[in-house]
Amino acid sequence: MSTAQTREDWSRQIFDKLAAAGVTLFSYVPDFGNISLVEMADADNRTRTILLSSEQEGVALCAGADLVGARGVLLMQSSGVGNCPNMLSLVQGGRFPMLMIVTMRGDYGEQNPWQYPMGQAVEPVLEAMGIKCIRVERDDELDQATDSAISAAFAAGQGVALILTQKFLGAKAF
Amino acid sequence: MTIGLPDSTIDRSILLPAIFPNPENYLLLAGLAGAAKDSAAWTREADNLITLGGAMGAAVAMGLGMALSAPDRQVAVITGDGELMMNVGVLATVASAMPENLTIVCVDNGQHGETGGQPGHTSHRTNLAKMAEGAGLPAVFTVSAPDELPAARAFLTDTPAPRFLWARVMPGPPSSYKRNWDLAECRLIFRNAFLSS
Repeated sequence: MSTAQTREDWSRQIFDKLAAAGVTLFSYVPDFGNISLVEMADADNRTRTILLSSEQEGVALCAGADLVGARGVLLMQSSGVGNCPNMLSLVQGGRFPMLMIVTMRGDYGEQNPWQYPMGQAVEPVLEAMGIKCIRVERDDELDQATDSAISAAFAAGQGVALILTQKFLGAKAF
Repeated sequence: MTIGLPDSTIDRSILLPAIFPNPENYLLLAGLAGAAKDSAAWTREADNLITLGGAMGAAVAMGLGMALSAPDRQVAVITGDGELMMNVGVLATVASAMPENLTIVCVDNGQHGETGGQPGHTSHRTNLAKMAEGAGLPAVFTVSAPDELPAARAFLTDTPAPRFLWARVMPGPPSSYKRNWDLAECRLIFRNAFLSS
């Protein structure tokens, strides 16, 4: 059963874990779902945000950070996953660690028909490019899912996406 | 019919050595195709260079990630015109992030050399210097003749970064240097060299 966690609550939980794991670069294309995470990364002196023009840049940016021993994360809406596949060649070919946090649309309770095609394709597209998907549907899954995503990326060097579903986020009312 | 861009007279093989007298002072990232081949030949694939063979459009963003994470080092991205145009919005990303240690050099031959020499946008009407200025990069310079290369070299050291050099070169094949295609191995070589420096 879902408790009414606010976006600030769960964003703080994720942010604290990322910062503790040494993630310094928060690259993002703005989404309703990542507003609080971006605000927290802006406010904390251990981290900085990078506004991207296109989500694919974030894949390359995180790979560049890894080349000099740093850690980045890519925050985006589900539609942005569609901009990333060719750039994810870096992850498979170069064995770069990659951590993405995808805030879903076109999922559970979606009212905008434009969001469905890419929303429904998120996991097949990511998996086709070798990115493992870790879904969060309930509040009580977030803690372990976030830890799993962080350790898959930065301890095991994998490409991984934390998928925050609309069951978890709540569907946007438009 | 050209639209005001003079033909280049720069042979691409002389460009990088002429503008970077001390490549060992940089972390170097070269985008796919000709830019990667020329960079690999120029440095003999030194351990401060990563060359890409795919992921077209990655080079500038990758250099940005390096520059923001290694603020005490100078980072230079060598990219082609096709590679840059694939994801040209990244110039705005760079301008918003304003890394003070990032140099972008676009080696523009006006064509997609790797796939048969098909004309690219810069052989038609596209002016990459104006696009870089419009994106908000604080320093932009264009060269198209060999006698301008000393000024380009000075531009790379004397202007505020992030800076953008549009180097228009003659069509013609890049170096035929055979580089390491194993990105995972190249990543480890580069990373270990950086972390032990």
